[in-house]
Amino acid sequence: MSEPLRGVVVSHAALAQALVEAVARITGHAEGLVPVSNDGCSRDALEQRLVEAVGGQPAVVFVDLPSGSCLLASVKFARGSPDVAIVAGVNLAMLVDFLYHRDLSVHDAAARAVATGNRSLKVLP
Amino acid sequence: MTDVLVRVDDRLVHGQVVVGWGRALGLRHIVLVDDAIRASPWEQDLYRMGVPSAVQIEFASVADAATAFPRWAADAAHTILLLGSVETLARLCAVAPVRRVNLGGIHQQPGRREHLPYVFLTEAEADRLRALDRAGVAISAQDVPTRRAVPIEELLA
Repeated sequence: MSEPLRGVVVSHAALAQALVEAVARITGHAEGLVPVSNDGCSRDALEQRLVEAVGGQPAVVFVDLPSGSCLLASVKFARGSPDVAIVAGVNLAMLVDFLYHRDLSVHDAAARAVATGNRSLKVLP
Repeated sequence: MTDVLVRVDDRLVHGQVVVGWGRALGLRHIVLVDDAIRASPWEQDLYRMGVPSAVQIEFASVADAATAFPRWAADAAHTILLLGSVETLARLCAVAPVRRVNLGGIHQQPGRREHLPYVFLTEAEADRLRALDRAGVAISAQDVPTRRAVPIEELLA
């Protein structure tokens, strides 16, 4: 059996760290989730942080915004790599769900994360 | 008449530019001056993704800037030129009448010293900025418009 997917959460400031901590609070662990902040990073330095976080494993990269330095660095990093998919617009619901579906293929896991994230957005009542 | 704003930011197109400065300036036009990106269509596509549809993005080399600068300056109030390094800034200033420079993000690298949390410079980069200052270019550091602009004399003191 292949190794479970890694999830790399990339964000401005401390959002990625906070999201991963919140997943751990909810599920009891955040195994396979790695936070990456763009704090203090040039484009090149952020790409290097991504290289280290992904560690050459199949991974879904969860980015905070659908534009900006985090997305640009992630797309540049993932270019030409079939083992990395990017999901922009990360939220807590998709990360919690991802934790229990790390056995999927990279692209199935990314598609599932988008569906889960979308379903979690609601206007109430 | 407003001088066109030239920003040195090694992240180039990102949230502080598109949202922070974009709203403050009513930004209509981003010019990314970078020789490597000017020659790389796929990187240009990447940067286009980060720009709202109401904002035009143009890619130029430093050589292009020599002829295009007056056109950019004609809509200076709503235009920003983005450069990734002090070295590119010095080259641009050699071919175009740059008068206003914003240091927006020059991050840590070996050999650089911290001047502000978002401005790190080597001695050679600091010397280049001093030379531009002496030549009459108004230089300050300011990551987002809501923060105080730090004048070059204070930055390099």
